[in-house]
Amino acid sequence: MVAFLIQRLLQGIVVLFIVTFFTFGLMQLAPGDPIDIMVGEAIITDEQIELIQDKWGLNRPWYEQYFTWLSNFVQGDFGQSVVRTGVPVSDMVIEAMGPTLKLNALAITFALVLAIPAGIMAAVKQYSVFDSGIMVWASAGVALPNFWIALMLIVLFTGQLGWLPSSTTGTWKHWVMPVAVLAINETAILARLSRGSTLEVINQEYVTTARAKGLSERLVMVRHVVRNALLPIVTVLGLRVAFLLSGTIVVETIFAFPGIGRLFITSVDRLDYQVVQAITVMFVLFVIVANIATDLLYGIIDPRIRVK
Amino acid sequence: MSGQSQNIADQGADIQARENMLAGEGHARRTEFSRSWGRFKRFKPGVVALIFIGLLSIVAIIPGVFEPYSYSETNLRERGESPTWEHPFGRDDIGRDVLSRLIRGTRVAFIVALSAMTISLAIGLTVGALSGYFGGWVDATLSRLVDTIMAFPLLVLMITLAAVIGPSLQTTVVVIGLTVWSQYARVVRADVLSVREREFVFAARAIGANDGRIIVRHVMPNVLGPIIVLASLAVGGIIILEAALSFLGLGIQRPTPSWGGMLADGRAHIRNYPHIAIVPGIMIFLTVLAFNLIGDGLRDALDPRQRES
Repeated sequence: MVAFLIQRLLQGIVVLFIVTFFTFGLMQLAPGDPIDIMVGEAIITDEQIELIQDKWGLNRPWYEQYFTWLSNFVQGDFGQSVVRTGVPVSDMVIEAMGPTLKLNALAITFALVLAIPAGIMAAVKQYSVFDSGIMVWASAGVALPNFWIALMLIVLFTGQLGWLPSSTTGTWKHWVMPVAVLAINETAILARLSRGSTLEVINQEYVTTARAKGLSERLVMVRHVVRNALLPIVTVLGLRVAFLLSGTIVVETIFAFPGIGRLFITSVDRLDYQVVQAITVMFVLFVIVANIATDLLYGIIDPRIRVK
Repeated sequence: MSGQSQNIADQGADIQARENMLAGEGHARRTEFSRSWGRFKRFKPGVVALIFIGLLSIVAIIPGVFEPYSYSETNLRERGESPTWEHPFGRDDIGRDVLSRLIRGTRVAFIVALSAMTISLAIGLTVGALSGYFGGWVDATLSRLVDTIMAFPLLVLMITLAAVIGPSLQTTVVVIGLTVWSQYARVVRADVLSVREREFVFAARAIGANDGRIIVRHVMPNVLGPIIVLASLAVGGIIILEAALSFLGLGIQRPTPSWGGMLADGRAHIRNYPHIAIVPGIMIFLTVLAFNLIGDGLRDALDPRQRES
């Protein structure tokens, strides 16, 4: 298990390294000269340009720039925003990270709380009306584009009913729609998955044995069925992080939510590449950490893997 | 897959069967196809979805025939007009007929979905097959590449790429094609790993077939089932990604009508003209749902291992 984790960790580092290299290269190819963006409409002399080039290391070869950037990045210095001149990118990213993490954590919690019991219930009562309902939802939910759900919620709850505000944060009311939009797709996916994995477990011989030895139905479910059915869900949760982050970008943009997804989009629009670069790497870091955490969690809840 | 192309595929299969019969191997192939089709037919939602996508394909091929008005003609005096008998879905923020734009948008959605899927399938199949068949350092290198792509939230990678290349229809196709292939590569690699140990591969090698021939003639046909299923399930995802990119302004550019772009227009005028945003979303939903249902049906028909109870 330890060896496996170390291997995963090393793989993660390799991937992260490739990602930084790739992102940096991409930013070099990006349109727009950083000096033009910094200076804007102001008229400056050649000496001033040289001064700026020196300060940002823009006149050195790209690989030197890359390694300087990388070593700064590892030390937590993500450079400075070109658009909001002088503001460290790390400050901007950290400031935006809090709301995003909270948003995602709330969404995934709601999705889990709703979807897992629903999926298990559907499996236990297979072919019932409830089961069909869950299956219809599971098919429909994944086909609903989250940006459209967001617009429809705004039309209904902000436009027609006037119950919920449609932008920024503040009171709990501001969180309802963004969290709901992110959670809706996830419930569909998780409900289908937990239904499937429960069905697979429910006909196993050890479940029959548990029933045969006289355990109450509740104990059979809790100890034998649910515990085993949860395993695949844990695996998928790690993979869902990447999808959830994609959703965050769209949702934060629509609700003008001050998180990292909106910061990403506005930075792309304004050609603020230092910020784009930093956020891209941070996103990937999230995904890698989430996947390693999944492996770890998997080892804890499934003794068979720990032994291997 | 459209009703039309299904028809053509049927005819193709017939001709194939007749040729095979002449060559003395017709019976097995014909039954394999009709058996799969029989299994697919039993899943009614899949059949309905297939008909729906067939009709949409016709609309996508000849949109001009179905458009009641010009999709690009503006009419500022009537902008934001609510649905009427003449304009069943109303007019958009600069007075264009929403229904006509929806119809024209179908073409864009299908072009992007099919071409992006072709690109990603080509890359995914190649990488997966090389990785699984050769193993060793080839596999190690390619697998790190797949890991890297998979570590990106796809939309982040697409947005960055689209911004750097400059958004357009071609960019959208390339960007999606270059990013979604990693999942195909994973599946193909795993399947190839198991197929390459089978006896018929050894037999082929024994009679002197080279690696290229073994991969193309013996390994790939045996992993095609899961790939077709995965591809049909992925089309829906690609349509949503294209719509998301266009919605964010980094996909299909104005004035070309796309469902995602129409939603962006709708968003800008959500308070005054909410009707603009409603129909494009329903179209995306129905199309994605239909492709997913076809995928479910194909899974039952072609890939019994993954069948859901």
